[in-house]
Amino acid sequence: MTTVTLAGIPVEVDAEGFLVHEEQWNEQIAQEIARENGIDELTDRHWQVINFMRNTFLETGSAPSIRSLGKTSGVPIKELYELFPKGPAKLAAKIGGIPKPRGCI
Amino acid sequence: MGGAVEHRIVILGGGTGGTLVANRLDRLHGDHANITVVDRDDAHVYQPGLLFVPFGLTRPEEIVRPRHAQLREGVDFRIGEVRSVDIAANRVDLDDGSTLDYDVLLIATGASLQPQETEGLSGPEWGHTIHTFYSLEGASALRGALEGFKKGRLVVNVIDMPIKCPVAPLEFCFLADWQLHRRGLRDEVELTFVTPLDEAFTKPAASERLGALLSEKGINVESEFATGRVDQGARRLHSWDEREIGYDLLVTIPVHGGPEYVGASPGLGDALGFIPTDRHTLQSRSAPNVFVIGDATDVPTSKAGSVTHFEGETVVGNIRRFLNGEPLEPSYDGHANCFIETGFHRALLIDFDYEHEPLPGRFPDAQLGPLPLLAESRLNHLAKLAFQPLYWQVLLPGHGIPGVGAPFHASAGHSAVARSGGSR
Repeated sequence: MTTVTLAGIPVEVDAEGFLVHEEQWNEQIAQEIARENGIDELTDRHWQVINFMRNTFLETGSAPSIRSLGKTSGVPIKELYELFPKGPAKLAAKIGGIPKPRGCI
Repeated sequence: MGGAVEHRIVILGGGTGGTLVANRLDRLHGDHANITVVDRDDAHVYQPGLLFVPFGLTRPEEIVRPRHAQLREGVDFRIGEVRSVDIAANRVDLDDGSTLDYDVLLIATGASLQPQETEGLSGPEWGHTIHTFYSLEGASALRGALEGFKKGRLVVNVIDMPIKCPVAPLEFCFLADWQLHRRGLRDEVELTFVTPLDEAFTKPAASERLGALLSEKGINVESEFATGRVDQGARRLHSWDEREIGYDLLVTIPVHGGPEYVGASPGLGDALGFIPTDRHTLQSRSAPNVFVIGDATDVPTSKAGSVTHFEGETVVGNIRRFLNGEPLEPSYDGHANCFIETGFHRALLIDFDYEHEPLPGRFPDAQLGPLPLLAESRLNHLAKLAFQPLYWQVLLPGHGIPGVGAPFHASAGHSAVARSGGSR
């Protein structure tokens, strides 16, 4: 676990760059994590996914998998991959300041 | 029992979890409980045996027994298709129009295969160039396909997690490698494992060991491949991020979800049809008198028979506590334990829970073992084979397996792990 400065705030992140304490998260931090991961601008569609992920995590204690995102977030899987290249569930969780989805066990 | 209240306990699913809980409840509380198990058919499949069918190492009829014959006499067994559950009215509706009222409901209907969820997967080539071994029919058909396969690209593909027994696709690769060696065809076949995960398995320590085994055996790994569609004509897998993998014979593990009735029951399941479940008490989060066991839950541990077995103790205790108006015990710790066949008469054993990664050591006893954890051995392979009679004769009737405790810490193997773990 290491401490990094994001948007001027020191935050703790794990080895893969996921925030350790979701309560340290804010929208500026999200923008900065997004830029570091190749997303220059977070659009409304990005935010729809990020907010959905965060809300699901805060309600249920686990982040949704890509398949449930596709079914329930209002954004189809194809578009999720356009918005968050490579691994949408993982990247949206990272930008949203919540742990890596554990759907895969 | 004179004058005692008869509790109505309805159990949906007569597989591993439904059967072992029904039998234990009947033995402990048969006098005060009216226990009904519902399933759509009377064929109980020993699912760990499916892996061996495609290789001719076991025959389909050796791994199937009647469901009703695994249940104690005091348990009612009904064949019927569940249409929906009304959790507000405490009632199960069956397709034939009949209903079952319950005081406690146990959901043990497992996970179902949903090839139709993936574009192009379940078309005309299903059963020809595309197979699965996750069902009895599938495993049987794949045996014929493997026998006729002498040359080309064999691709083993996990579409998406979660799946039942997440090590089984790897075991399939190891056994396929072994069989091709025996037939003198290994050099003619390119064997590739395609997974949506970023490594061979979900648990880092085990993943490292399994990844090394795959590479020793010359099995290619394509990781982080999220299959979007299958082009049956061109025999290619396409990922959502536009990568492609060609195959001549595809062995796929389709996406899993809950059975249809879950979607037809308002408030019961999540988007994938699994039941939101408290990970320690195994009470559903949908209704206090609904409990869940096995693959049907959304708890973050493997969907595996060992998990179901270990959950059984918690479920039986908490159903009793619930009916007595006592607080539930949060006693399930995510304990899972899997034998992993690696071919050439050897197997590897892993043991973990919600908090602990699979680690080296011995099982079930720290000193005596005799089974080594996270290491290949012939004894592990023999233990895996020896498990099937125990499954029918000890586990399903609801007896404990000697030396194997339900809680992770009761597996004595881990005291040694904890000690040696200190120096890691």
